[in-house]
Amino acid sequence: MGRRAVVSGFRPRLVFSRSAPTPVAPGQAERFRLLVLPHLDAAYSYARYLARDPAAAEDIVQDAFLRAFRAFASCRGNEKAWLLTVVRNCFLDWTRTNRRAPPDIETETVDGEHPETILQRRQDAEAVRATVEALPEPFREALVLRELEELPYKDIAALTGAPIGTVMSRLARARAMLATMLLAREDEGSAA
Amino acid sequence: MTACIDREMAVQSLADGELDSMNALELEAHLQDCPGCAATLARLRAVRAKLVNAEPRYRAPEALRARIEAMIAPEAEGEPARPVRALPWFGGGAIGALAASMALLFAAPQLTSTALQDQLIAGHIRSLQASHLVDVATSDRHVVKPWFNGRVDFAPPVAELAPQGFPLVGGRLDYLDGRPVAALVYRRRLHSINLFVRPAPALASPVAATTHRDGYSLTRWVAGGLEYWAVSDIDSGDLQAFRTAFRKASGT
Repeated sequence: MGRRAVVSGFRPRLVFSRSAPTPVAPGQAERFRLLVLPHLDAAYSYARYLARDPAAAEDIVQDAFLRAFRAFASCRGNEKAWLLTVVRNCFLDWTRTNRRAPPDIETETVDGEHPETILQRRQDAEAVRATVEALPEPFREALVLRELEELPYKDIAALTGAPIGTVMSRLARARAMLATMLLAREDEGSAA
Repeated sequence: MTACIDREMAVQSLADGELDSMNALELEAHLQDCPGCAATLARLRAVRAKLVNAEPRYRAPEALRARIEAMIAPEAEGEPARPVRALPWFGGGAIGALAASMALLFAAPQLTSTALQDQLIAGHIRSLQASHLVDVATSDRHVVKPWFNGRVDFAPPVAELAPQGFPLVGGRLDYLDGRPVAALVYRRRLHSINLFVRPAPALASPVAATTHRDGYSLTRWVAGGLEYWAVSDIDSGDLQAFRTAFRKASGT
C-alpha cells in the first residue's frame, strides 16, 4: 500500500522545449499530417503497452511526435515503423528519467490478483489487454508489434535492434504464454 | 500435441505470412500428415483470433490528439494548405511535340487523377480520424444498398466479401470533386478499406490500375458506367485481391 502511494504521488512530467523550433520545410507539415499523424493510435497503443501507464504513455507519445516532426526529413518511407522507433526511444528516455523500471506486474494488478484470476472475472477487451500487459518483456513488445501493429519480422528486428531469429523466438514464447492464459480459460469454461 | 521440433519456427512463419512460397508449399504438404504441426498452427490461429477479436489496441485520447495537432500547427504557419507538387513527367521541354500530341490521351486523365488521389486519401484518412467511418453500419448488403437510394443518383453494387477475408462494415456518403459519392467500407483484419463509387467521368480511362501514394495503396477500375476507387493502408497485393474479389462477387 505504502509503495503504491509513493508511486502514484510521484509523477514527473516530461519537459518540452518549444523555445527554438527547428524550421520545417514548406510542405513538410502537410506531409507529416498526412503520413505520420494517422499512426497516432498505433504510437499510443505501443507506448501504453511498453509503459503500462496511461499518463506516461501520453507524455511519451507527445514527446515522440515533437521529435518526429522535427526529424521528419530523416524519414525514408515506412512512416509507421519509423514513428514507432521514435516512440521506443522516448520510452527508454522516460524509464531513465524516472530512474526506475516501469511498474511491474505486482503493482499493476489490483489487490495482488493473478492475471488469470482477472481473466475469469472480466470477459471483455480489458481482460485481453491485462493478459498482454502481464507478459514480461521483451516478449510483450514483440507480440504487440506483430499481432496488434502487424509489422513484418524485419521491421520488428530493426526497431528493437534484435536479429530476426531472436524476434521469432520471442514471438513464439509470447504466444505460448498467451495460449496458456487465453485458451486454458476457454477449456475451463466449456468443461463447466 | 506439439509440432516437430525443427518445424516450430516455420509453422509460426507460415501463420505470420513470412514464409517464402517454396517453404510454404513444402510445409503445407507436411501439415497434411503431421497432426502435431497442424495442431500447432491451429493453436496459433486460435490465439490470434482471440486476441484480435477483443480489439486490444488502445486509441489515443482526444486531448492528446488535440495537443499534438496544436503542436504541429504553429510551426507550420504561413504554408499553403495544400502543397503544390511538381509533376516530374510534365517538366521536360525536350519531349515537345510528342508530349503535346500525347497529352490529350495520357496527361489529361493523369492530371485529374493526381488531385483526385489526394482527395481519395484525404477522404480515407478523414473517415478513420473523425470516427465517422460509416453512416450505416451493417454487414448486410441488403441494408447498405437501399440506404444509398435518394442519397446518390446511381445504384452502387454492394458485395459481401466476408468469406474472402474482407467483411463489409457499412456505407457512408462522401464527396469527390464537390459531388456526393458512395463510400463502402470493408475491413481486412485491423485495416479499413474505403471503396469510393461514382459515375465514371467522361474522360475516364477504362484501364484498371493500382498505385501507391504517401504510404497508401489505391486501386481503380471502371465497370458498368461507374468508377471504383479502393483506398487503404494494406499492401497493394491485398488491395488487388480485394478488387478481384469485389468484381467477381458483384459481377463487375
